[in-house]
Amino acid sequence: MKKLAGIVVFTVGLILLYGVSSLDDFPSWGTPDSPANKSPLSQYFIKNTIVDTEVPNMVTAVLADYRGYDTMFETVVIFVAGLGIFAVVRVFEHGGASRVVTADTKPDIIITNTCRLLIPLIQLFALYVLAHGHSSPGGGFQGGVIMGASFILVALAWDLDIALKRFSEKQAFICSGIGILIYAGFGLASVFLGEEFLNYGIIHKILPGVDSPEMARYYAMLGVEIGVMFTVTSIMFLIYGLLATRGKMTAGL
Amino acid sequence: MEEFIQSRFNYWIYVILMMIGLWGMISKNNLIKKLIGMSIFQTAIILFYVSVAVKSETANIPILPHHGHDYSPKIAFAHAVSDDHENGGHDDHAGHQAHPVGPKIPDPDGYANPLPHVLMLTAIVVGVATLGLALAITQKIYREYGTLEEDQLLEKVRADDHG
Amino acid sequence: MIFAFDFIILLFLIPVAIVALQLKDLLAAAMVFGIYSFLMCLLWAEMGAVDVAFTEAAVGAGVSAVFMIATIFNTKRNSSD
Repeated sequence: MKKLAGIVVFTVGLILLYGVSSLDDFPSWGTPDSPANKSPLSQYFIKNTIVDTEVPNMVTAVLADYRGYDTMFETVVIFVAGLGIFAVVRVFEHGGASRVVTADTKPDIIITNTCRLLIPLIQLFALYVLAHGHSSPGGGFQGGVIMGASFILVALAWDLDIALKRFSEKQAFICSGIGILIYAGFGLASVFLGEEFLNYGIIHKILPGVDSPEMARYYAMLGVEIGVMFTVTSIMFLIYGLLATRGKMTAGL
Repeated sequence: MEEFIQSRFNYWIYVILMMIGLWGMISKNNLIKKLIGMSIFQTAIILFYVSVAVKSETANIPILPHHGHDYSPKIAFAHAVSDDHENGGHDDHAGHQAHPVGPKIPDPDGYANPLPHVLMLTAIVVGVATLGLALAITQKIYREYGTLEEDQLLEKVRADDHG
Repeated sequence: MIFAFDFIILLFLIPVAIVALQLKDLLAAAMVFGIYSFLMCLLWAEMGAVDVAFTEAAVGAGVSAVFMIATIFNTKRNSSD
């Protein structure tokens, strides 16, 4: 088996190396003239995102506006992955006699006090990443992962039970559903106002204080990213809780 | 020669990393090792996409400098649309210095290609969700069979089938 | 988009990837995989893909290593190869 794997990997690698280095029409690294960089689509994005949406970060604009369907269903994929993990490993034990053995049941004083200091800053930073994702790197996915990591830090420093008191399993599932509903709600709002699904420009008719479709897109993107953040935060925390306790959702790592 | 290496080096490493991941997935015996191999394979493909998006050394990250309202929406929209259809070449310096007449239009060669970045950003996050699912299935397998080694697993599965 | 930087990180990546696959201690392998993700994050920041680098720093180097360690904690730490 190992020999066969070696032969397969070596052959495929040689063919690919030949493909990327000997063929003349393979574009070299960093050239602005490669077909991917000269494609009308990417040139359109670079020229027009600021005009269409007022968002300086092109990646956020393309992610949440031009490719809105893609991002929405990526969020659904994350939600379904969370549901799948729940379905695979969750066990319900009535009585609770058999607790999982943990390495150290008493929380360490230095670690808990450091975490007490750090966790508010981490959560504040997650919200900053979310809110400032329009003009600097960041957005809903990154902010959500950082926010989920702050809850994971609570579970690591104290206990999963303490973390579940602050953000229970049921609340986490409800939040992950709410995130997708927020995203789809922006799409449906634009449908009811007379545009296509996820074409946010028309929302300026109902948003107070917003008079142009461009600014409406700007704020709708922020709302959409908040929805993404809800889902990613709660699913990351749920995945950690389920994996660390073999699905018992108590004690654990 | 140096130029040739510079123009191809990223792609060579992408191929080598992808093959390391593939080799790990095929030949490793432990299921978690296979998952590490799968993640290496995935990052290799992301490396390929991001390498395609790189432009020359003068190109910027795909975030526009946005001081005040440099890019006036109404006029720029008409300008940009007509620009797309007729001639794309005459606004070369628009992204770098203030245009005397009319609004600024970002220079396509001055910024990295944002489209592969978007595709890969979502791929990474979905990748960690699927990695979590794979780890959950690994735990379930361990709970059922008590091992994560592929050969022992195959023996136990065959024994279950016959008995 | 500095080629020297790019070159050095890419050369580092290959031994790190091989070590992550060859270590017999799975906990160490997960940590080395975290190092691999962090090098990838540096590489993408260098190539101008700052959003991708940010995501990888949060997801690959942080959360996925934690998931792997959680699984190793609940299964077995040693691997046969």
